[in-house]
Order: sequence, then structure tokens, then C-alpha cells
Amino acid sequence: MPSRSGSQRPPGSGRSSPERGLLLLLLLLVLLPLGDASSAGVGHQEHAGNHTAANGRHNFTKKPFPVLSLDYHHIQTPFEISLWVLLASLMKLGFHLIPRLSNIVPESCLLIVVGLLVGGLIKLAGEKVPPVLDSRLFFLCLLPPIILDAGYFLPIRPFMENIGTILMFAVVGTLWNAFFIGGILYAVCQSQPDLNKLSLLPCLLFGSIVSAVDPVAVLAVFEEIHINELLHILVFGESLLNDAVTVVLYHLFDEYSAAGPVTVLDAFLGVISFLVVALGGVLVGAIYGFLSAFTSRFTSHTRVIEPLFVFVYSYMAYLSAEMFHLSGIMALISCGAVMRPYVEANISHKSHTTIKYFLKMWSSVSETLIFIFLGVATVDGPHSWNWIFVTVTVILCLVARVIGVIGLTYIINNFRIVKLTTKDQFIIAYGGLRGAIAFSLGFLLDDGRFPMREMFLTAIITVIFFTVFVQGMTIKPLVELLAVKKKQEAKRTINEEIHTQFLDHLLTGIEDICGHYGHHHWKDKLNRFNKKYVKKCLIVGERSKEPQLIAFYHKMEMKQAIELVESGGGVKMPSAVPSTVSMQNIQPKKPPPAKSAERSLPQLPKGREEEIRKILRSNLQKTRQRLRSYNRHTLVVDPYEDGFGDLLIKKQKMIELEKKMNNYLTVPAAPPDSPTMCRARLASDPQAYSVKQSSDSVPTIQVDLASPQSPDSVNVMDEFRRAKQQQEEEEEYQGLMMKPPQGPSGPNKPGEADTTRDPQKLTRCLSDPGPNRAASLLCSQLSLWSRNHTSQN
Amino acid sequence: MGALQSLHGRPEYLDLAEKTGFSFEQIRVLHERFKQLSHNEETLRRSHFNEIPDLACNPIRAQIIEAFFDRRNYHQNGEGTVEEIGFEEFLVVMSHFRPPSLHMTEEQRENVRREKLRFVFNMHDTDNDGTITLEEYRHVVEELLSRSGALEKETAKSIADAAMLEVASISMGHMEPDEFYEGITFEHFLKLLDGFEIESRMNIRFLNMDTSTLCK
Repeated sequence: MPSRSGSQRPPGSGRSSPERGLLLLLLLLVLLPLGDASSAGVGHQEHAGNHTAANGRHNFTKKPFPVLSLDYHHIQTPFEISLWVLLASLMKLGFHLIPRLSNIVPESCLLIVVGLLVGGLIKLAGEKVPPVLDSRLFFLCLLPPIILDAGYFLPIRPFMENIGTILMFAVVGTLWNAFFIGGILYAVCQSQPDLNKLSLLPCLLFGSIVSAVDPVAVLAVFEEIHINELLHILVFGESLLNDAVTVVLYHLFDEYSAAGPVTVLDAFLGVISFLVVALGGVLVGAIYGFLSAFTSRFTSHTRVIEPLFVFVYSYMAYLSAEMFHLSGIMALISCGAVMRPYVEANISHKSHTTIKYFLKMWSSVSETLIFIFLGVATVDGPHSWNWIFVTVTVILCLVARVIGVIGLTYIINNFRIVKLTTKDQFIIAYGGLRGAIAFSLGFLLDDGRFPMREMFLTAIITVIFFTVFVQGMTIKPLVELLAVKKKQEAKRTINEEIHTQFLDHLLTGIEDICGHYGHHHWKDKLNRFNKKYVKKCLIVGERSKEPQLIAFYHKMEMKQAIELVESGGGVKMPSAVPSTVSMQNIQPKKPPPAKSAERSLPQLPKGREEEIRKILRSNLQKTRQRLRSYNRHTLVVDPYEDGFGDLLIKKQKMIELEKKMNNYLTVPAAPPDSPTMCRARLASDPQAYSVKQSSDSVPTIQVDLASPQSPDSVNVMDEFRRAKQQQEEEEEYQGLMMKPPQGPSGPNKPGEADTTRDPQKLTRCLSDPGPNRAASLLCSQLSLWSRNHTSQN
Repeated sequence: MGALQSLHGRPEYLDLAEKTGFSFEQIRVLHERFKQLSHNEETLRRSHFNEIPDLACNPIRAQIIEAFFDRRNYHQNGEGTVEEIGFEEFLVVMSHFRPPSLHMTEEQRENVRREKLRFVFNMHDTDNDGTITLEEYRHVVEELLSRSGALEKETAKSIADAAMLEVASISMGHMEPDEFYEGITFEHFLKLLDGFEIESRMNIRFLNMDTSTLCK
């Protein structure tokens, strides 16, 4: 008889139609497995009946051919898994539909409650609750996505700046917690008659299981309270790095709890083991990280499987580390952190988005499932409630954490530049949540060697519930009450980036002058080593030489370009502060020196400007007319599908665009061989724009369609050039149409022109350009569309 | 008082400690370093700074060295540059990088912030007119990118332009098309780097032990 495992409960009363639809869907889902179970059962009985009725093996009774039959067993396992995942996701949906609830109660609590309800329902129906929080399932399937998500997006800079503090909390703090809890529990147990048989080592083992701060719970709760970066990274970093300590302690006490007292040699070996576990995990992760970065170097032709490499290499790093009983979490973190800068420089923008969204999706589902399963396992697990043990555990956890944090902060503050205040300490102590890792470790305990296993599990669950519910729910109001600094939502501006770099170099210089090799000196050395050797072999092409400031600048360009598209082709450069300041306000309007060889654009007299404007306007119209004949298929599919429809609607912005274009008459020209030029050349037009020698009538200006100045500075020079060309060569002018390249340098990567004769192939390749080219490509696209939808008017 | 014993017979340390906020130990260490750099002379010159090998690969080396000889950084409301500096000036410039003490009032914290930002501002404003013009800012970005090997002057220019545009947008808000933004004044600079937390970032650890024998 197949067991039912997918019964559900509707999330709440639906008032509006989407909620009602959700309700109906859930009811359907409830009925479906019920129907499956019963009919499959019936089917089986009939089948069994038929067999017994048959006389011999070779004597098949002829029964009518089954037109429709039901075979639940065939698909049982994947079906049940899918039902669980669906349940988890629908719950998540449901919570966010109820607005007030998600503000008061953190999601993790709600999910545990749902799990309790589901488990309760299953038990009520008389079925056996499936052992969902099986340790293997947890450690091999549910935990890695969350950790990878955390590790890949780990903010490296604050992490490294606070690494000393984080390590102190993770290692020393966890050790202190484990021994304090284990020791005091042992003392308490000895004084109780019923708990007398609990010896020291099992107590210490229990202490080590329950003392580790859990990354899943911390992430789940801290994500919603938005505290400042420093505190977040401290608590979160601690939860990640204490895995090594937990693994070592767990194995140590597990091994020796039956084998007798622990000698000094064992303790010493334990310390060595800790170093091996931690550093080994990091090393394994780093190796896989470099492998992944190296692989991504060659993916320029097969961009669609780029995300796969990231995921598979990371998962293999985790599994390899677990194989040697090293710290899998640290391996994952180091793999993600190591490969990220190189991989991101190599992969296309689409792959980057894919990776980001897949990681977020998987980690979200995992997290939801973990909490639901916690609830289910609570209902299921054999419990052995012992008032004293449980309450002492809970109290000790709190006390140990507080004492540990205060003590450690006192020591650490001597070495920190930015000291931790009392408020910070309180949040760190209060944020020490326990979660599913502790439960799974407890679940792994061998029943034979640990007769008190059930009591341990009960206590662990109680601690988890206490921390998640009580601490999780109250931390948000406490943060408000204590006025803890919140995360700054402001965008990273380019000035801040410039000054960050400037400050780095300044501080390194001052350290050198002072004569001691401090923290900045070593960081600078590492950066230089990275730039000189590592980047060269891991990053493809020119990106390896791109300094960070320029990379940041391109990223910013790209973001602004995307915002431009999404805002419906609005011409105004979106910025944090709405203002009417444009480029020309800051350009100094001094007359150029008469004999300057660099400036090829002399100041135009007023009359000339008028002429230029006229030519411009007329040619724009001509361009529009020309472009009207294009349809979507000759233009490349844009990298960002959103907002395309909006572009076709907004009219007014075009007029503004024209006005803006007139502003740019005073902008000086770009030299012909700048990389920007090359990129623009390659990106936009098969006919490479070459520098035309200046004639007397019209000054020569270069095309810089993808000018880094602003994505919408459709360079007027472009029109200019075309104006001149048009008068001379009507035939040759192709406008900005994308078509298979005729020249040696096509819109594709240079050197690939021969393979892209086929326009469809062109579309496919161009639809996923590399990272650099996407920016310039997009900019050229933008100018095309803005002109395109003028043509619709 | 035990403090006097650590003065090592140098009563002028007391004065310096008061002025700059360093401890006696730190002053002693820095004095050793000063003597090492100046080859036991009384004053430091630019050539002495140029001899530091680690400083050679720093892209903004010239500006850092200039900062030491800039009278605006001596807290005496002076202007212009000098050719050589004594230990006191050396120490005063170094004191800009002292970490703020743990317990400070809001006002003190704000003062520290202004001081540090003023130092950076002075480094950018090379012609001493109180504003950072577009040219000066371009120079800053060019210097930053100079050692990276990619001599993309145009990109540097565009980055500086975009940054300037940002400052103008933040500070001025609304400008007519024919108005001209003169340059970044100190007030605008403060506003620009409002969220930067420079008081906790622009610090180095001054040691109480003498490690100058370990490095050049």
C-alpha cells in the first residue's frame, strides 16, 4: 500500500480571486494523492486477485485490454518529492499573499508550523510519517544549495576585513559553548537520579551538537531584518566557519564516547584534526574553484552550459570534502568565493543572471523544505521529554552564548580598529540561532551507543524551536528598539568606488612610509600577484587586464542602460538623485587653443551650429524612414526582453532625446584607436567606421556610439558622419542594420566572421554576447530602438 | 607617574603627544622610522620618500608624497608647499590616519570625519583654490589607472566625467543648460562621501613596537 505523503492544508481564507484560485489548486492537490492512493490500492488488490486465480505460470487468463490503468508505484518517489517541493513553494507564495503576517512572524516560524500541521495531518490519517529529515538527504541535497548561494554571493571585502573576529567567534566561541554546555549539563545530570547514567563524553557530544550557530536559520532570520553589513557578516561568517569545529568535535566525541576516556594525545590529535579539516576543506574548495574558473575561460562558444559548470564543480567540491570527512561547508564557501571574480569576467551576462536566479531558487526551496521537514520530524520523532534536561539545555545555551560573546569581544576589541559596541554584542549574542544542522547531527547518532538519543533529540528540537520562534520573532522589534544601524540601501556610486580604490592605495602608501607591513600592504601584494599571474590564465582575452575601476564603470553603464530600457526608453539618465544636470554643465566652456593638435573639433560659430542642427534633424528623419523598413527579425534579439513593448509606446521621450542630442555638440571627440572605439565598431556596424580626414566644410568627428559617457548620448557625431556620407555615397550607407558581416570584422567576436554567414546563427550567437560586448551592444541597441519607435510615430 | 618614565628622556614627546594624540610608544617608533628615512638628518625631503622601494609601485605615489609637504595638512591654516619637513610635521600628517577612539561624542566623530575628508580633499585639490575642478579630478582618475597597464585615457576621462556629473547632480540638483559647475567644493565633497564612513576606513594600525628593522 503506497503511503500518502502529500496532504495539504490551504494557507488561509482567500478573499480575492487569485487567492481563491490558489485555494482551489490546493484542494485539487489534496484530492489527487488521496485518489491515487485509494485507486492504486484497489488496482493492486485486483491484480493480486487475478494472479491467485490463475492456474499456472504459463496459463495466462485473458482479460480485456486495459484502456486506462493506474500505476502509482511506478512514479511514486519522484511524485512524492515533487509534491513536497510544490507544497513548500505554495506555502511560500501563500505567506506573501497575507501581508501583515510576514511582517510580524519570520518565514521560518511559519514554515515550521506548516510542517507541524502536515505531520499532524499525516499522523491523524494513520499513515506512517516518512522519515523526511533523513540525514543523508539533508546533508547531500538540502544543505549544499543554501551554502553555495551564501558562498558565491559572499561579500568578500567585509568578510576579509573582519576575518580575525569571525574566526575568533567561530572557533573559540563554539569551543567555549560546547565545553561549557557539556560540562554543566554533566554536572546537573549527575545530581539527578534518573539521568545518572549519562557520562561525560555523551554530554560533551551533545554540547558540541547544540552549540553551533546554524547558517540556515541565521540567513532566514537576518535576511528580513536588514541590519548593517558588519553585524550581518560577523554572525553569518561565524555560522559558516564553525562547521569545521563542529565536525571535528562531533567525530572526536563520537569515536571516543564508547572507547573510554580521552587522553591528552587524543586532544592533541583533535587539534591537528581541526586544522586539517578546516584548511583541507578550504583547499579542496579552492582547487575546484580554480578548475571552474579555468573551464569558464573556454566557454565562449557554448554559453548555454556555463551555469552548469559553476553548479557541478561546486557540488563536487562539497562531495569531495565530505568524502574525506573535511568540512564540506568551508569547501563550498571557498569554491564559490574563489571562482566568482574569474567566472564573472568570463561568462555572458545571461549566464550570470541564470546562475544568480538558479542559486536563489534552489536555496529558497531548500530552506523552505528544511523548515517544513523540521516541523514534520518533530511530530514524528520518538520523544523522550525530560523537564530538567531540556530546560537546563535551553538556559545554558543562552547563558553560554552571552558570556562567550562578551568575553570574546573584550579580547577582540584590543585588536580591532572599529570596536564592537555593546549594542553590537547584544545583536551578535541574540543572533546565535540553532537550526536544522544540529537536528540532523543528532539524528545521525547511533541508537546503540547512545541510549539517550531520544532525549537528546527532544532537547535539540526544543532549543531550535526556542531560538527560531522566540529569538527569531523578537529580533526585529529589538533591532528597531535599540536603533541598531541598518543596512544602507544606497547604490554604490562611482565616486565611492574611486575613493575606495584611492583610499586603498593611500593607506598602503602610508603603511610603507611608516615602515611596517600591515594589513593593507599584504592585500596590495595579493592584488598585484593576482593581476600579474592569476588573472592572465583564468580570464579570457582583454578582460584580464581590465582594472577594477573600469570594470565597475562598465557594470554601472550596463545597469543604467537596463534601467533606461525598462523605464520605457526615457532619455533622462536615471540616477539616484533626479536632477537636470547634464554633461554640458560640467564641461568647461573654454575656447580651445588655436594650434592644438589633439582637439579636432574647433568651436563652431553660432551660424554653423544652426546649420549642423538642421542637417542633423533632416538626417534623423531619413534614418527613421530607413529604419521603418526593418522588422524585429533583422534586428538582433535584445538581451533584455523586458520593456520592449514599452519602447514602442512612449512618444514624448523622443523629442527630449533630440533636445538632448543638441547638447552634445560641444563634446570633444574620441581618438580613433581607443578600445571603446573598437568595441563600438565591432558591435554596431559591419562597416567599420574609419576616421575620415577633415575637410574644410565639416569638421571630422569620430563615431562613438557606445560612448561610456552615457548610454543615451547617441552621439550626434554619428549623424554627422552619416550626413556627409549620405551626400556622397547613398548606396554604401547601410544605417545601423545588423546583418551578416561582409568585412573581416563582423558584429561577432573578431575572427569569427567566416562562421556567421548564416543570419540565424548570427542571431543565436548575438543573442548571447560576451560580457564586455553586451554593454556596447546594448547601447547600440538602445539607440536603434529609440530611433525605431520614433519611426512608428 | 609611570607615564613620564616612558618618555625616554624626551620631554618634547609630551607636547607632540598632546598635539597629535599618539602615545609615547608610537611617537618613539615613528621617530625611529623618521631617522631611518632621513638618514639621521633633521629634515625629510622628497628625495628621501622616493627612496622607499615599496612606494615605487603605488599609482598615487606622487600625491601621497606631496601631501606630506602640503602646508594645509599641518593644522596651522597655512597654504602652499614646503621643501623639507621636520619630525613634527611628519607626525602631524601621520596623525590623520589615527583610528578614532572608542568613546566619542557625535560631534567629535563629525570632527574626525571632516579632518580626514579634508586631507583627501587637499590631495585632490592640487592648485589650492578650494575646489576640485574637472581637470584635477580627471588627473586623479588617470593616476589611479596609470599602473594598471591599460592606458585608456579616454575611459579615465569618461569615468571622471561621470563622477563629476554625479557630484553635480547630488549637490546642485537643478541646473540650467547653460550654467556651469565650477568644481567640487569641500561642502559638496562632504555631502558626496556621506555614506562612506571614512572615519572607520581611513586608518592604519600604529604599532607600539619597533619593526623598522624588519622592513625597508
